[in-house]
Amino acid sequence: MSTILEMKNINKIYGTTVKTQVLYDINLNFNQGSFNSIIGQSGSGKSTLMNIMGTLDSPTSGEIIVAGKSTSGMKASELARYRNQSIGFVFQFHYLLPEFTALENVLMPYRIGHKTIPKETMDRAKELMALVGLEKVMNNNATQMSGGQQQRTAIARALLNQPKMILADEPTGNLDSLSTETIYDLLRDINERFGTTFIIITHDRRIAEKADRIIEIADGRISLDVTR
Amino acid sequence: MKLSAQIATRFLKSSLTQTLIIILGIGIGVSVQIFIGSLIQGLQKSLVNTTIGNAAHLTITNDADDGYISDYSAILSDAKASDDRISAATPLLTASSLLEQDGDSQSLLIRGFDLDAAEGIYEFSEYVVDGQLPAANGEVLLGVLARDTFDLSVGETIALITPDKRTVECQISGFFDYKVAQANQSWCITTLKTAQDVFLLDDVANSIELQVGQDVVFESDAVAENVISRLGSSTLVVKEWQSQNEQLLSGLQGQSISSIMIQVFVMISVVLGIASVLAISVMQKSRQIGILKAMGIQNSSSSLIFLIQGLILGIFGAIVGILFGLGLSYAFTTFALKPDGSPVIPLYIDPKFIALSACIAVVACILASLIPARKSSTLNPIDIIRNS
Repeated sequence: MSTILEMKNINKIYGTTVKTQVLYDINLNFNQGSFNSIIGQSGSGKSTLMNIMGTLDSPTSGEIIVAGKSTSGMKASELARYRNQSIGFVFQFHYLLPEFTALENVLMPYRIGHKTIPKETMDRAKELMALVGLEKVMNNNATQMSGGQQQRTAIARALLNQPKMILADEPTGNLDSLSTETIYDLLRDINERFGTTFIIITHDRRIAEKADRIIEIADGRISLDVTR
Repeated sequence: MKLSAQIATRFLKSSLTQTLIIILGIGIGVSVQIFIGSLIQGLQKSLVNTTIGNAAHLTITNDADDGYISDYSAILSDAKASDDRISAATPLLTASSLLEQDGDSQSLLIRGFDLDAAEGIYEFSEYVVDGQLPAANGEVLLGVLARDTFDLSVGETIALITPDKRTVECQISGFFDYKVAQANQSWCITTLKTAQDVFLLDDVANSIELQVGQDVVFESDAVAENVISRLGSSTLVVKEWQSQNEQLLSGLQGQSISSIMIQVFVMISVVLGIASVLAISVMQKSRQIGILKAMGIQNSSSSLIFLIQGLILGIFGAIVGILFGLGLSYAFTTFALKPDGSPVIPLYIDPKFIALSACIAVVACILASLIPARKSSTLNPIDIIRNS
């Protein structure tokens, strides 16, 4: 299996006067099509790790290699294009654009990279809405949906550009346990159907145990890395 | 571009009250600009019109011994042909005499014109309040003050005493009221022929008066140069009104500058207002900008959102401003009237000026949105994601 993301000796230090090291020499490789979970206590550095994986944040030292290329030399515009085409983000707090409808939100990653929306893309967006069970409310404004619906919309949005990798930070963080189950089943299903790589951050051990690989972060270091 | 435009309009629509207030603010700024501009331009036009509207803009005189111009017709047509900005021209013979009536007397300035041609400059017929313009030889038109002083009436014969002590009789054809005391008291308007007869002169004039079109009054110096070079005579002198009226000119210039100052400061305050409101709106929308950036929107597109907002606000603000400005102008010219029904403030509505004000407003709004656009461009998505 080919490597989709490689992290080499990642250190992250916040602050200039008062320095706080959040990550210590992280070395991780992720395989194409794998379903990974990262667990850890709040404040352990897992969100920072995900932000660095997603090129939203840069490490203080170390290297991120995506598709055989280091991100350190990439310009802001190149990184933006890479994120747009290769990564789907699902954040804990949904982050839908409240000015747009659910369907428009789902189409947003495609519109960022393209001028017009061809019919196939529109059809795919609608299919994804159906996949996450939101075909009936897809023309609702993002603000008129429940938390679970918003989260599922965010998942559909992350999938639209058929990215190789989905990074999800506590995607079920503020959902009830039934919705949580539904969402995980959905992610698993997508992983199997499209071969999309998933890296999911959670503090919920039960959820993490459903993944193929569990990485535990404690105090900025990898304390456990098991593949089933 | 299309996406940025759509996001910009959605952002504006989502905070509609705020958007409308900004548009209103720009609109008021533009309307003040249009109103003040129209007012100052109107004042200037009316001032120029009352001061030099019914006066010669260029005067050709002869510097030679007796000052008479014998070939005035040829010079007049030559001068007229030298520049097409000249709208009217008349020969003029001016000389002093004494009006004597029932033992009283006063000096009278005989002004003999080619009346048909001079109508283009002096609009005599507009100012005749009694009787008519002189038609036959020996007829004269006097001012209303002379009429009142000597208790004269139309058709009456008056005695003029020339500098060489001859008495010449003329008949009054009518009276004029130029609203200028000196003219109403001592001008005696007549035909060139009558003036020549009174002073026993051949077919001569002592000056030629020219007027240029109303819209080119400030080009009289250039016209004068053309006339001089065309005439090419060493004894003929051409004087134009601007060199004779420096005070009026500097007054007009001062007015223009103060008007421009007011407009500039109004625009600056509008720009600052928009810039600050748009800067706040970047803060309000930073979450959205952050997520768009995480999804890979380019920095240029994210700043374009705010430039487009500036453009939209500018366009709508300019439209509102034009409507307000015209409405204000209409209200002033309709409701603020003098007893005779003419507006107190003579506004001059110039479509070109209004279009220019609108363009300035739009450009100013785009400039004002540069700061928020830059802010949006440099916004780091991680700050938004980490801080939520």
